[in-house]
Amino acid sequence: MTAVAVVDRTPAARLPSPPGDLAIWIFILAELLVFGLLFVAYAFARAGDVALFNHHQQGLDQAAGLINTLLLVTGSYFVARAVAAVRGGSGRVCALWLAAGFGTGVLFVAVKFGEYADKFAAGVSLSTNTFYMFYLGLTFFHLMHVLMGMVILAVVAQKAWRGGYSRVEHAGVETGAAYWHMVDLVWLILFPLLYVMR
Amino acid sequence: MQFKSQAVSKPYFIAAIGLFVAQILFGLIMGLQYVMGDFLFPHIPFNVARMVHTNALIVWLLMGFMGAAYYLVPEESETELFSPKLAIALFWIFLVAAALTVVGYLLVPYATLAKMTGNDIIPTMGREFLEQPLITKVGIVIVALAFLFNITMTVLKGRKTAINTVLLVGLWGLAIFFLFSFYNPDNVVRDKFYWWWVVHLWVEGVWELILGAILAFVLIKTTGVDREVIEKWLYVIISLALITGIIGTGHHYYWIGTPEYWQWWGSIFSALEPIPFFAMVIYAFNIVNRRRREHPNKAATLWALGTAVMAFLGAGVWGFLHTLAPVNFYTHGTQITAAHGHMAFYGAYAMIVLTMISYAMPKLRGMGEAASERAQLTEMWSFWLMTVSMVFITLFLTGAGVLQVWLQRYSEAPQAFMAVQEQIKIFYWMRETAGLVFFTGLVLYVISHFVGGPTGAKAKARA
Repeated sequence: MTAVAVVDRTPAARLPSPPGDLAIWIFILAELLVFGLLFVAYAFARAGDVALFNHHQQGLDQAAGLINTLLLVTGSYFVARAVAAVRGGSGRVCALWLAAGFGTGVLFVAVKFGEYADKFAAGVSLSTNTFYMFYLGLTFFHLMHVLMGMVILAVVAQKAWRGGYSRVEHAGVETGAAYWHMVDLVWLILFPLLYVMR
Repeated sequence: MQFKSQAVSKPYFIAAIGLFVAQILFGLIMGLQYVMGDFLFPHIPFNVARMVHTNALIVWLLMGFMGAAYYLVPEESETELFSPKLAIALFWIFLVAAALTVVGYLLVPYATLAKMTGNDIIPTMGREFLEQPLITKVGIVIVALAFLFNITMTVLKGRKTAINTVLLVGLWGLAIFFLFSFYNPDNVVRDKFYWWWVVHLWVEGVWELILGAILAFVLIKTTGVDREVIEKWLYVIISLALITGIIGTGHHYYWIGTPEYWQWWGSIFSALEPIPFFAMVIYAFNIVNRRRREHPNKAATLWALGTAVMAFLGAGVWGFLHTLAPVNFYTHGTQITAAHGHMAFYGAYAMIVLTMISYAMPKLRGMGEAASERAQLTEMWSFWLMTVSMVFITLFLTGAGVLQVWLQRYSEAPQAFMAVQEQIKIFYWMRETAGLVFFTGLVLYVISHFVGGPTGAKAKARA
């Protein structure tokens, strides 16, 4: 009977409830609500002037957008591997995967800055028109979340490297991973919405 | 009281209550002037009464925040205050400066006051809520810096907790954003733009950190719930408050000469501002329901729960009412704004200071954990009188505002401002009546501090 009780405490048995800290899920839901509202506002604005939105959408660098999508999806994979690693009990491996995830974040930011530099050189600003207002506003707000996610990954990776997590107690890694996946998920909607959908 | 130096908070709390009484008296004068324009003219004209009403509010809340910090920080940091003497000296400097400023407002015409106090050197006066003479503003900065030095040194030498860290960030933010009151560009758009960095980023930014920290402290003390749980909620709530509140500044940037995109950002982000306040209601009730002890100070718990509910209604719901740009197009600067302002300031900030006073005062006065049951009963009566009458003040002002929007702005044949004011007088009379009930509650609140009787344990022993 004691053995059963111990088994019940393993991470696998806890999986049905959200992994990580419950507080991060409240936070994630709130964040998704913010982005959701922004997307609805975008839809309303676009419905008001479809021609303007379609025209200026062609001015965006779709290749850069696609590269960034691949980077974030890859980053999410790395972070998922990090969680698997710590569940297997290897904190150092976990830290390395997290560092790789952080690396995809760095590349994402670099690509994004390149895009912004192009647009600013072309004289685009928040006041250019409603489409660019949303493009700059939404991507910048998302970029802030990428940076926030990178800070979280860095903190968690450092703790994992020092052996701060174990096979049983690693809620911190799951919490950080959940936030990073949220950043990725939002981009997966943002990218088609801004760059692709006609 | 665990640390001797916590006692320095007592004069701050007493002064806060005194200024609160003054604020309400001037509120009643103004309320009457809405319907009897020449009441007390020329001795106290409307603009002067309004200035005293709003400035006294800000000063008593600052007194309350400082008192709360002096009480809370030593206990959280588990060490004596860095310098109790400095805290007492600052108290007298701040009180005398505030008193002299009010005397200046009342005795000298505002323009003369400006000349007397060196407004020519750096013109900062004449702007709503920032009317203080230059020397008063400089005084506020000096007091704030010395206060922050004292508090920061205390935290640095003691235990660092989420609560004292959040409080410290909030207080530093308060001081830093006040510096924008010295920036007064000639361009009136720029002037308003940065004016909101003081006004908005105070009440919908850094003050929310102070509110969150004080509420968390009182909840830990009165419920005995794990610090870890409460701190987690505190982090979630302040993050939400900052995300929505900072960009939410945009709801003040509609049609004042700022770029059009603020209508989008202001609307979207401030529409989400009720969320952290709603989370605060759930959290406060949840924590109280999970309490591990029955704290004898029932009044403090009532104030804490009341703060969460009234902050949500006043700041959250009444703010949302007119925050969307298409709505605000009609409601801007009407009595709807006044309705929101009253309930939000009372619900979020007046009540959190009263919560802290309610928790700390019995200890500061050596009564033990709580005041006598009779005193608490009186205090709870004052809670209900003030809170319910504030709900009515808000509802009457909302009624006035809706009618004002309709007659003056929305209708096909808009009427002139004063013609409309004449027609909404009935609401002003009802507001004034509710104001008198509020004042009665406030008097009862002051009296509750002088009510004796056996304390909780003794009362039970007698029964």
